[in-house]
Amino acid sequence: MVYLTRKEHFNAAHKLYNPAWDKQKNEEVFGKCANENWHGHNFELYVTVKGKPDPETGFIFDVKKLSKIIQEHIIEKVDHKNLNLDVDFMRGKMCSTENLALGIWNELIPHLPAGVKLHSIKLYETPRIYVEYFGED
Amino acid sequence: MTTHHKVAVIRREHFNAAHRLHNPNWDDATNQKVFGKCNNPHFHGHNYELEVKVTGEIDARTGYVMDMKILSDIIQEQVIERFDHRNLNLDTEEFKNLNPTAENIVVVIYQLLRPHINSSCELHIRLYETPRNFVEFPA
Repeated sequence: MVYLTRKEHFNAAHKLYNPAWDKQKNEEVFGKCANENWHGHNFELYVTVKGKPDPETGFIFDVKKLSKIIQEHIIEKVDHKNLNLDVDFMRGKMCSTENLALGIWNELIPHLPAGVKLHSIKLYETPRIYVEYFGED
Repeated sequence: MTTHHKVAVIRREHFNAAHRLHNPNWDDATNQKVFGKCNNPHFHGHNYELEVKVTGEIDARTGYVMDMKILSDIIQEQVIERFDHRNLNLDTEEFKNLNPTAENIVVVIYQLLRPHINSSCELHIRLYETPRNFVEFPA
């Protein structure tokens, strides 16, 4: 099995705020990330697929096509956007990096051709903080 | 150590903030044309990386150009506490009437820090808006 990764990036605003809680509880749990007027990040996204190289092309998957799928279905929806307000697949969810990675996984799955398996989503919120999602076993 | 050596000391810090680029004197179409996706009315955001460079002669008594802990505390108080996890357009005095481009942010940071740095030292600020876009002041 060979693993192929495409790295992309996007910039977005968000806040961590649970509408079921009052302001004080949100500030207790989320600290400055609960700032009502948002804050933002440069996100770095690593999408890894796995498979056996095709004997004719040597590719697991044409990485240009992978890049195009990520651009169309993820980057165009999230780049220079407000994750809480502007992104359809995050609506009604807490905008944590964990949930964003999960959302990106679910968005990408239907667009990958048969035979190409998504292995992981790795998402950096800052150079020092990242999450990984490998799907459900 | 009898000669006067000029040395630069650099402290790196970071903050995360939301902003949008918008000129209130223009209509929406012009703002959209000039600032593109940076004009998104719901804002977007960045991890800003800040490099503060202080250049001066080594103090013979301490061996320092400037105590880095003091420099760090000044940056925390003057810059990080003001801008970290904030919306630059809505939450700060500095950008209420000033477009928060990287260029304007770097000049504001210089002006915030300058009074707190020994006047015999030079101050230079580099600000990364993304790993690929950065600005410097003075140029």
